[in-house]
Amino acid sequence: MTQKRFAIVLTAGFSLALSGCEFGPKATSQNGYRGTAMNQVVNNKYVTPQQAIPANIYETPDDSGPRAGETYQNVQVLAGLSTERFNHFMAQMNNWVVPAGLPETEQGCNYCHNPNNMASDEKYQKVAARKMIQMNQAINVNYTSHVKETGVSCWTCHRGNAIPLNRWSIDAPEGNGTIVGQRWGQNKPDPRVGFASLPGGSAAKYWLGSTSMVARVNNPNIHPSPDHIVSTKDAEQVYGIMIQMSTALGVNCTYCHNSGSFQAWNMSTPQRALAWYGIKMVQHSNENYVTPLGSVLPASQKGPGGDPYKINCATCHNGINKPLYGVSMRAENPALWPASYSQSNAPLMGMKAAAAVPAAPAAPGGGSPAGR
Amino acid sequence: MASYQNIFTQVQLRGAPEMGPPLPAGDAARTGKPGFNYWMGKLGNAQLGPIYLGTLGSLSLIFGLIAFEIIGLNMLASVNWDPIQFVRQLFWLALEPPAPEWGFSPFVPLAEGGWFILAGAFFTLSVMLWWARTYRRARQLNMGTHVAWAFASAIWLMLVLGFIRPLLMGSWAEAVPYGIFPHLDWTAAFSIRYGNLFYNPFHALSIVFLYGSTLLFAMHGATILAVGRYGGEREIEQITDRGTASERAALFWRWTMGFNASMESIHRWAWWFAVLTTLTGGIGILLTGTVVDNWYLFAQEHGYAPIYPSTGVVDPATLPGAGQ
Repeated sequence: MTQKRFAIVLTAGFSLALSGCEFGPKATSQNGYRGTAMNQVVNNKYVTPQQAIPANIYETPDDSGPRAGETYQNVQVLAGLSTERFNHFMAQMNNWVVPAGLPETEQGCNYCHNPNNMASDEKYQKVAARKMIQMNQAINVNYTSHVKETGVSCWTCHRGNAIPLNRWSIDAPEGNGTIVGQRWGQNKPDPRVGFASLPGGSAAKYWLGSTSMVARVNNPNIHPSPDHIVSTKDAEQVYGIMIQMSTALGVNCTYCHNSGSFQAWNMSTPQRALAWYGIKMVQHSNENYVTPLGSVLPASQKGPGGDPYKINCATCHNGINKPLYGVSMRAENPALWPASYSQSNAPLMGMKAAAAVPAAPAAPGGGSPAGR
Repeated sequence: MASYQNIFTQVQLRGAPEMGPPLPAGDAARTGKPGFNYWMGKLGNAQLGPIYLGTLGSLSLIFGLIAFEIIGLNMLASVNWDPIQFVRQLFWLALEPPAPEWGFSPFVPLAEGGWFILAGAFFTLSVMLWWARTYRRARQLNMGTHVAWAFASAIWLMLVLGFIRPLLMGSWAEAVPYGIFPHLDWTAAFSIRYGNLFYNPFHALSIVFLYGSTLLFAMHGATILAVGRYGGEREIEQITDRGTASERAALFWRWTMGFNASMESIHRWAWWFAVLTTLTGGIGILLTGTVVDNWYLFAQEHGYAPIYPSTGVVDPATLPGAGQ
């Protein structure tokens, strides 16, 4: 009798332990053809809440009056704004990126500017900020295929941090040519890939830029062909980066793919095409705006591999399929939505070029050579 | 006083251990002083030993141990020789095959995957010697060699995964890594790379035989236990000398599903299902990447993948102005 009871308790205990349940109510929705497992299951407990968006610091001024480029010296990107709008935008950035409450050296205007010479580019922070404004404009103007009319602002990523919390950098090399410490970038409990043994550093293979690997591991042909030699190891890399994408958006694979064929576009959801443009956007942004900052950033602002912290899906999305649940900050911040943006403005404008800037602010009308 | 004996109520007899029939000339002696274990008696026979090791068994164990050590020490090295981390991360650790750039060269530096090739060589040697041992021991007992051939089917799948397919693909990188989670993640990645293994017909066959094996095992095990009260576990006697257990077992299935296997044929059913699991599985793996590179497209061409209504989504890379 005791043995029987013991067996029952043991069986019940094992069943409970193995069920691995996430308790609590779930929200499920169907997002594809019936019977194809095209479902989204969301545990209500783990839904990322909307983070309060800072209110407009004061009402956005209109675009009249002297241009910022006439009022101030060395305004290279935002010279075409009205001075009032320029000032407002500076205050907004302040509030988004280095808000009050942080240690004194890490907050306010002086995080980027030399208070005695606001025009000077002597602080790397200012050079980086300028580059990031360019990037933000480029995204809002040239990547409407991904960000639509909603667009992004500094806040979308920064959320009150000088460096956004969701970021990546190249992993430090392992093994040093021996087997000691050699993990081949995988086979460890890595939160980046949901604690699978998949490669966690695959962002460096796919998110760096135009030369990045193409994630299409499936052969478009039925039979092997010499133009499609792709190793299973590459599929592991893709698997790793896909887990990072789904985590970044708080969705599962079937948000974009039909697991019957991850490859087939005519079985995929429209979100997959949207994500495809997002990948291009991330690659372009890292290649043209973030990686070049490596020459001005100090080691303390770089990752363990010695490269600047870079962008991935999570940087903007922060666990939500639509960043900020689709709230646009466009109306209050026209500075980030110029009428046009061209790549020629992107080259890094470093500290050297700014060394010649005079200490005193220029008189209105002095002008700046740089366009917006 | 126990009234009848079967696996659950076996009376454990204790006397002089049973030493087995004399071995032919030229064979090594059976080793180990036999003893009895009460708890082993609960699971099977209470007598442990003697064991026949012989040349094949000894060599197999030695080579197997070398392979085990190569894999384990590589894993230990990967956590900087830290025994605590070795235990904590054991399920994640791996010995990975060489990267694709090494092709199928046997001369890969040890730290670049050479250890993987060596481990595979010793492991294969060990398994082959153990196979020869099962064959020879069966012959020495004047048994059939069914165990050896069933084992060979499993070895076939192992060799396809770790050697034959990488050989045909010309790349060690196609081999399965050694490691608990790593080999599972490899399996998932392999399916993704080749357009969903679900559509591989031999994979499907293998699963049919695998699940079929468990079904047959459950049916047979349950049947014999159910007629245990009539001595049904003495199956071999009842194959030649039918008794009430055998008759009842047969009638149960005939009256339940119209057909019954015989005491003899049910073991053929089970043997073939088990053997075909790895046999068809090995064929399916062997064809993947060598003959068929995308099983989903293959299934579409041969009309056995359902075609669902298109979602209307188009590959953006094919659109003009792609990239922005």
